[in-house]
Amino acid sequence: MDTLIFRTIAPYLASLMVLFSVFVLLRGHNEPGGGFIGGLIAASAFAIYGIACGVAPVRRALYFHPMAISGFGLLLSALSGAVSLFMDMPFLTGQWTEISVLGLPIDLSTVLFFDIGVYFVVVGSITSIALALEEREHA
Amino acid sequence: MAADGQWLTFLVLILPFLGAAAAPFLTRALGHNAAWVLALIPAFIFYHFAGFLGAVAEGETVAAGYAWIESLDVDFSWYLDGLSLTFALLISGIGTFIVLYSGGYLKGHQHLGRFFSFILMFMGSMQGLVVADSFLTLFVFWELTSITSFLLIGFDHSREASRRAALQALVVTGLGGLSLLAGLLVIANITGATSLSALLAEGDALRAAPLYMAALLLVLGGAFTKSAQFPFHFWLPNAMEAPTPVSAYLHSATMVKAGVYLVMRLNPVMGETLAWETILPVFGGTTLIVGTLLALRQTDLKLMLAYTTVASLGLLIMLTGFGSKVAVEAAVLYLVAHSMFKGALFMVAGAIDHETGTRDITRLGGIGRAMPVTFAAAVLAALSMGGLPPFFGFLAKEEIYAGLATGGGWAALLTAVAIAGNALMFAIGFAVALKPFTGERADTPKSPHEGPILLWLGPLVLGTSGLLMALVSGFSHHIISSPMASAVAGEPVAVSISVIPHVGLPLLLSVLTIALGIAFYLTLERGRAAMAATLTAIGWGPDRGFDQAVRGTVRLSASVTGIVHNGRLDVYMTVTFIALAAALFVPMIAFGELPAVPGLPSLPFYEVTVLAVGFIGLGAVIYARDRLTAIVSLGIQGFAVALIFMLLGAPDLSFTQFMVETLSVVILALVMTRLKLSPADHRPTRQKVLDISIASLCGAGLGLILLRVTQVPFDGTLSVFFAENARVIAHGRNIVNVIIVDFRGLDTLGEIAVVMIAGLAILALVRIRPGVAPIKAEKQRAKAVEKVEA
Amino acid sequence: METILAATVAIFFAVSIYLILSKHIIRILLGVAIFSNAVNLTIFTAGRVVREVPPIIPVELDTPDRLTANPLPQALILTAIVISFSIFAFLLVLAFRAYQELGTDDTDGMRVAEPEGEDLPPLGY
Repeated sequence: MDTLIFRTIAPYLASLMVLFSVFVLLRGHNEPGGGFIGGLIAASAFAIYGIACGVAPVRRALYFHPMAISGFGLLLSALSGAVSLFMDMPFLTGQWTEISVLGLPIDLSTVLFFDIGVYFVVVGSITSIALALEEREHA
Repeated sequence: MAADGQWLTFLVLILPFLGAAAAPFLTRALGHNAAWVLALIPAFIFYHFAGFLGAVAEGETVAAGYAWIESLDVDFSWYLDGLSLTFALLISGIGTFIVLYSGGYLKGHQHLGRFFSFILMFMGSMQGLVVADSFLTLFVFWELTSITSFLLIGFDHSREASRRAALQALVVTGLGGLSLLAGLLVIANITGATSLSALLAEGDALRAAPLYMAALLLVLGGAFTKSAQFPFHFWLPNAMEAPTPVSAYLHSATMVKAGVYLVMRLNPVMGETLAWETILPVFGGTTLIVGTLLALRQTDLKLMLAYTTVASLGLLIMLTGFGSKVAVEAAVLYLVAHSMFKGALFMVAGAIDHETGTRDITRLGGIGRAMPVTFAAAVLAALSMGGLPPFFGFLAKEEIYAGLATGGGWAALLTAVAIAGNALMFAIGFAVALKPFTGERADTPKSPHEGPILLWLGPLVLGTSGLLMALVSGFSHHIISSPMASAVAGEPVAVSISVIPHVGLPLLLSVLTIALGIAFYLTLERGRAAMAATLTAIGWGPDRGFDQAVRGTVRLSASVTGIVHNGRLDVYMTVTFIALAAALFVPMIAFGELPAVPGLPSLPFYEVTVLAVGFIGLGAVIYARDRLTAIVSLGIQGFAVALIFMLLGAPDLSFTQFMVETLSVVILALVMTRLKLSPADHRPTRQKVLDISIASLCGAGLGLILLRVTQVPFDGTLSVFFAENARVIAHGRNIVNVIIVDFRGLDTLGEIAVVMIAGLAILALVRIRPGVAPIKAEKQRAKAVEKVEA
Repeated sequence: METILAATVAIFFAVSIYLILSKHIIRILLGVAIFSNAVNLTIFTAGRVVREVPPIIPVELDTPDRLTANPLPQALILTAIVISFSIFAFLLVLAFRAYQELGTDDTDGMRVAEPEGEDLPPLGY
């Protein structure tokens, strides 16, 4: 898999896949998609990048350790669930608000952050698995 | 007591546990002087319970409590009458001095705080046990005393003898506890009562029930193990491995009397039957004789006392089961007297050990001059134990003979047993109290001198109170003995015996006992030699039986494990799947729930294609001869599943499945290229046939059960709910996603936690290198990477 | 359709169990991977199936206007797929490490935890 073509296009392919994964994540509440699928797509992107160009560039690109990303995701999900506690509602009750960005109304909800947390957990954990195995490959 | 006192009693019941939590910190701050502070806890409890004395002496009882587990109708409740109050006072009163004594005895011990903690926990458990009203409260505290006793006996856990003794006590009393629980359940079943106070009215119903015998035997199983009745007596002498304060407190004054308490408590409801009046005296009498004879054999002060404790417990059981009011009075008096004199003597033995470095009676002598206060306390206690006037023990002994010597062969036999036992105990009591202090000054490991006040205060107070309570016998009977005897007998009883001897049969028998006792005392050496020879001749006892039972259990479990866990994964799997097949088919056939034969539906060609691709993938996985084929085939069946999801209206699933199958193939390829393994099958044909049959059966069973499931009417309530509310409540149009992140968000939170933990575990597995600290290796690798980059 | 899916599930289970009964750790792993697919299909089928209509509410409506696929099993399976993948990856790495440490892929040879002819446990206290 160490071909020149693959190595050349892998970074672009991976970037596109990550972008697509974010799109899938954000539209998940209304159309097919969501945190799990988005996370898997992004993880695949990093796995491909790693196979093509080695693990070190991926780790540098990610900046954080993949498990740290995963932990952040879990924390984010838990915290977004905790918001409702302050409103005297049971843990994980969805809270909704609408904000206006540049004149466009945008739905903002704790549920969205919960899904983003799921995304990070899946990205982090599975990238970590894939990179750990690839690292052994190159070691 | 009105409701305002209720919370105070509750506080008193949990106070020792609070104290146990604070004890280690107090001890760290104050050293052994923490004893003075901690002793305030039992002292306060004593004060609190003493406040009930007046009311209870008038014949009142106090029952109160709180709901504990409301849904199961379980209460945390207590019941105070003469019996429980006397026990509560003994526990807290003696407990006060035990805490003080512990401070002196274990001064400077590195785990003194832990010891205080344990002993306070025990105190709380014992306190709860004797005042408990509901059966469950009683049982919980009963088991807590076993557990805290385990902790205390095993306090010096670096010695094997300690560990063995602790385990032995836990096993014996724990099994007894289970027996008690079963007995209480039987009783509750017969009478419908779930508390002792309610049970007191149900005596006739209980005695007439056909299951009375079962209940009796089960309850006595608990009482006899706890109170060390023969043949369960062996754990008690072994428990002398514990530090002396424990022996003095648990194994003479309080815990071992829990069984006696139980028997006394149940006497009004279960007593006065032939079984009761046979079993109790027989076991009690045997224990009395066996205990005193074994005590004769010992040379260790604590062991001598321990065996006389066994004997005394036997005497108490015998008296309670004798079935007359006077015998009950005797049991009550003896119980109170025994708690005081035996506790004192144990503390004396501990003080001797502490000051001289030995407890061997043959190596001790003439230390009375060096330890006058301890000597005085020992003599006071021994006089009470020997039953000499004007001590409380004398009252007890008079009453014992008055109760037993009522004419008839049975009574005469028991009287003879009591005389023999009492005479031997007289001899041993004085041996412990006199031999070390008098005679020639013997060489001891340490040169003795009077211990600190913490060491002699307890025995002295207990020894003196044995005298004082007898001198004011009218008063002590009024507030203690009579209410307690009334509670045990189940009818009003007035104890009236005083220290002024009445000429009569009891006094005559007392004199006889004392004469015999002096004779035994003078021939103690010869008796010990004779007993030693006899025991060597017998060569086996329940103590060795315990070892054999433990070893047998270990061997049995090892051999069973060898068969069940033979270490061969394929055998486990074969058994599991055979069981699965049986579990699928047997109920389906037995209940006639086989699915109806369905008609063959016609499928669109693309669905047929997808399924065919899936099956080809499966077949290829089985027949794969090399790695790559196996991996690719696995991928193919996975993609086929994804397509099935896609065709059946599940795009989310389909995408997820696609991604997962891709990643699976990638990581499989990463790992398998390095495994250098052929996935080909090496099974012999016979094995293959067996495996294929099992697999086909399981597959068919699961398929059939699924078919049957789809043939019953479908309840779509939940799905409809989600569909109707997804947009209205949760503002989302993708119902699947709304369920995942909103309706069932907590499930998802758990699931992503699982995913993360799996990621962590894999990282750890990959990184672990034998002999290299993982983090260090990680850092080294990072450095190496940086260098390469630079 | 349910009938066909039930038969499919039966075949998936049979194949995976046949693989799991093997003594070779790689075949067992392949079996486990197929097993999770079989389980997912079981849940899916038990919730009844509808062709080609995903459980998505049209933009202009508040509730679906016609019969859609059952969303509940889908939600259950979606998370199950990801979790079974994590577990599969874990098992894979575990098997790999076991092979590295023990030098065999035959489960009969993996006897570190339960060695053959093990001595009695200590009989003391």
